[in-house]
Amino acid sequence: MADNSLPRRRFLLRAGTAVAAGLAPAATLAQTKPAAPAPGTGTSEPESSLVLTSTETAFFSAVADCMIPADELSPSGTDCGVVTFIDRQLASAWGGGAKMYRGGPFRKGKPEYGYQLSLTPKEFFSAGIVAVNAWTRKTMGKDFDALASQDRVNALKGLEDGKAQLTGINGKQFFEALLDIVMEGFFADPMYGGNKDKVAWKMVGFPGLPALYKNLIVQYRGKKYDAEPKSIADFS
Amino acid sequence: MATKLKEVDAVMVGMGWTGSIMARELTKAGLTVVGLERGGDIKPSEHFAMPAVRDELRFSRRLELIQDPAMETLTFRHRPSESALPMRRFGSFLPGDGVGGAGNHWGGHTWRYLPTDHATRSHIVQRYGARAIPADMPIQDWAMSYDELEPYYDKFEKLCGVAGKAGNLRGRRIDGGNVFEGARQSEYPTPPLEQNLSGLMFAETAKELGYHPFPRPSSNCSRPYTNIEGLTLGACQLCGYCDRNGCEANAKAGPHICVLPRLREDAKFEMRTRSWVSRLLYDKAAKKVTGVVYTDTRSGEEYEQPAGIVVLSAYVFGNVSLLLHSGIGEQYEPATQKGTVGRNYCYQLSRMGVTLFFEDRNFNPFMGAPGTQMVIDDFDADNFDHGGVGFLGGAIITCGHGDGRPISYRPTPAGTPRWGSAWKKATAKWYQHALNISLSGSNYANRNNYLDLDPTYKDQLGRPLLRMTYNFVDNDYKLSEYCMSKALQIAKAMKPTILGSPRLRRGDYDIVPYQSTHNTGGTIQGTDPKTSVVNRYLQAWDAHNLFIMGASTFPQQVAYNPTGPLGAMTYWSAEAIVNRYLRSPGPLVHA
Repeated sequence: MADNSLPRRRFLLRAGTAVAAGLAPAATLAQTKPAAPAPGTGTSEPESSLVLTSTETAFFSAVADCMIPADELSPSGTDCGVVTFIDRQLASAWGGGAKMYRGGPFRKGKPEYGYQLSLTPKEFFSAGIVAVNAWTRKTMGKDFDALASQDRVNALKGLEDGKAQLTGINGKQFFEALLDIVMEGFFADPMYGGNKDKVAWKMVGFPGLPALYKNLIVQYRGKKYDAEPKSIADFS
Repeated sequence: MATKLKEVDAVMVGMGWTGSIMARELTKAGLTVVGLERGGDIKPSEHFAMPAVRDELRFSRRLELIQDPAMETLTFRHRPSESALPMRRFGSFLPGDGVGGAGNHWGGHTWRYLPTDHATRSHIVQRYGARAIPADMPIQDWAMSYDELEPYYDKFEKLCGVAGKAGNLRGRRIDGGNVFEGARQSEYPTPPLEQNLSGLMFAETAKELGYHPFPRPSSNCSRPYTNIEGLTLGACQLCGYCDRNGCEANAKAGPHICVLPRLREDAKFEMRTRSWVSRLLYDKAAKKVTGVVYTDTRSGEEYEQPAGIVVLSAYVFGNVSLLLHSGIGEQYEPATQKGTVGRNYCYQLSRMGVTLFFEDRNFNPFMGAPGTQMVIDDFDADNFDHGGVGFLGGAIITCGHGDGRPISYRPTPAGTPRWGSAWKKATAKWYQHALNISLSGSNYANRNNYLDLDPTYKDQLGRPLLRMTYNFVDNDYKLSEYCMSKALQIAKAMKPTILGSPRLRRGDYDIVPYQSTHNTGGTIQGTDPKTSVVNRYLQAWDAHNLFIMGASTFPQQVAYNPTGPLGAMTYWSAEAIVNRYLRSPGPLVHA
C-alpha cells in the first residue's frame, strides 16, 4: 500500500465519515437531508480499533457507506457504528474461528458443501481486503476506499456479480461475507456497536424489547404497532 | 487407561428430550441412572433471562445454543462416487448442545404422525399396489401403529402443555382442527395461540377453496399449565425470538422446564456434564453392551462406566456414529443394500415457499411464535389421491409470523437490490407488509442416501467423522412442484399487491442455508433385523440391553417436525423396559 494514504486514513478514523468528503459525493449530501445524527457520533468513535488496521478500517467504512448510504432513512453505515461492530466481531471468539471445524486437509469443494477454507473470519476479511485493494489499484488506480463514490458502487457490484477477478480470493464469496457482516452490524442490538440509537430498527419499525405481545397481538391485529424501539441496554 | 467406575443400572448417552424422559421413567422404577452429557449444564433462569435472551445476533446468528462443529461435525457429499468434505459450520441443520439438547432451541412444533405415516409402505401397497413404490425407495412401515402409540403421544403432549385444537377426538371429526389426524383420546392441553393477521388471511382463503386450515400444534403454551410431572409452564409471550433461543417465560416446553427439575431431586439420578462418550463396550458373543467409555473434557481423564442398560439418547448423528465407533451392527452399503447401520438417512424438503406483499395490510411480523401459524394438511402424506401425480408423500402448507427479527427477516420484492438506497427504501416499505406461505415436505428414503464413517476427517477425540451421502431425488422435485402449485393457488386467491417468485426445491442439496433440524434414520426401527437396527421397543437387535431413542429410528421422514413421536416413543420404550425387560432381560421381540 502507498504510504501517502496513511494520513487520510487517520483523518477518516478521527473525523467520523459522513463528513469525510469522498465517502459520499457532495451533491448527494446536499440533496438528501440525513436523519438526525446518532447521539455521540464523533465522540464515541473509538480512537483505536481492537483488531482492524487503518487500511481495514478505511475499507470497511467505505463498504458500509456504500451498502448503507446516508439518506432520509438513516445516517451512513459508518455513522450507525457498523465499522465499530465489525471490529468487535472480528476481535471476538467468532472472528477467531470459534464454532468452526478447522481440521484438514483443506480442499476446494462445490458451493453446496459450504465454507472450506482454513481462514478464520478475521483472516478471511483481512485477505479479502488485500485482494480487493489490489484489484481496484490494478483496474482503477486506487485502493477501494479512495475511489469515487460511483466507482465504489460499481466495484461492489462487480464482486456481487462474480465478475471481479481477484487474486487468490473468491470475490463473490467475499462479497457475501461483507454483506452479511454489514447487515448484522446495522440490525443487531446496539450493544454490539452498530445500529446506533436503534436507527435500523426505527427504519423498519422493529420494536426490539421487551417483546411481550401476548395481548398486543390481538389489540394490534391488522394495525401497525408503533413503539419507540428499546434495546438490551434499556433494560439492563 | 480408562478408570473403571462402579456399575449403575442404566446410563443415558445425551441429556436432551429422550435422555431426560428415559432417565426419569427408569429412576421412578427404582433404577440408578447416570446421565452423561457432552456439553455443559444450563440454568434457564440465568441463561435465558431477560433482557439478554432477546439477542438475535448471539442466538440466531452466532448460534450460542448449537453444537460446536470443532468438537464433532460430519462430512458431506452428494453421491457415493464423490469425496466428502467436512461441514465446517452448521447451517442446513442445527443440532443442540448441552443439557436439554435441541429441546432448548427448538421452535416447539409438536405433531403426532398420521396413522398412514406409521404404515407408510403397507398403506401405499394397499392403495396403489406394490409397483407404485420405486425400486430405489426402501420405505418401510414403522414398527408400531398409530393406535399403539396414541396413549404415549397423549402423555408427551401432557408433559409439554401443547397448544392446539383437536381435529379428531375419539373418531369425531372436528372442524377447525386437523381433520386428517388420527383419533386422539383428549383435546390438546392448552388452546391454540392467538394468530397474526397473516395466518387468519391464509386460513380464510384456504377454507374458501375447500381446504381444512387449523392452528399448528406447538409446545408454546398458550396459558399457564401444570404438566403430568406437577411442573408449571408459563404462558407464551409471542416474543418473536423463540427458535434457536431459550424461553424466558418457561412457556416453551423443554427438558429443563418439563422433566429435569424432578429428575435432579431424585437421589437415584446423577448428571455428569462435559462427559463425552467415545464408544460403547460391546460383547458381541453375548449380544450385550457392558457400559460406555467417556472422556471428562474438564480434565482429559477417560472413564469406563459399566451399566446394566445403555440408552443412546444423543442426536441422530451421535446415535449412528456411536454404533459405528463401537462395532455394533453392520454398516449399510448402497451397492448391495446390505447392512443396517446408516440405512434410510432422510431429511425434509424445506426452504420452499412464496412471499406475498400487501400494500395496505400491517402484519407486525415481530409478534408471534413458531406456533402462530395456520396449516393445511390437505396435500400432505396420503391425504390426497396420488394417482397419476408421479410421486409419493406430500407437504404441509403453512402461513403466519413468528420470527420477524430484522437481521434475518427483511422481505423485499423480486428485483430489489440487496444493499444501497433502493434496498433501504424497499426494506423500510415492505417490512410490515409481507407474509410467507411456506411448505415443508416429506422425504422418503433412497438407497443412495445413507450415513457411514469418513475415511479422512476426524473429531477432537480422534475418531472418524460421520459421513453423510445425501441428495434430493426425482420424487422430491415432483413433490415440490405439485405442492407448490397448490400453495400458489391459495396465494393468488389472497390477492396480494405483489406475488413473489416461488422458491422450489431444485438442484442439488445445499448444506449451507438453514432448512430444518429434522434429520432422521440411520438406526431405523423395523420387524426384520436385516433391514432395521432396533425392534418396535427401540431395542437393538444386536444388543438386547441397548435402547436407541429419537429420530434416528424413523424409517423415513414425513412433512411434520419429529419431536412428537420422538417423545411418545421414549415413553413407549421406557414402559417396555420397566414392565417387561427388567423382569426378563433379553430380546423383547424374536425375529
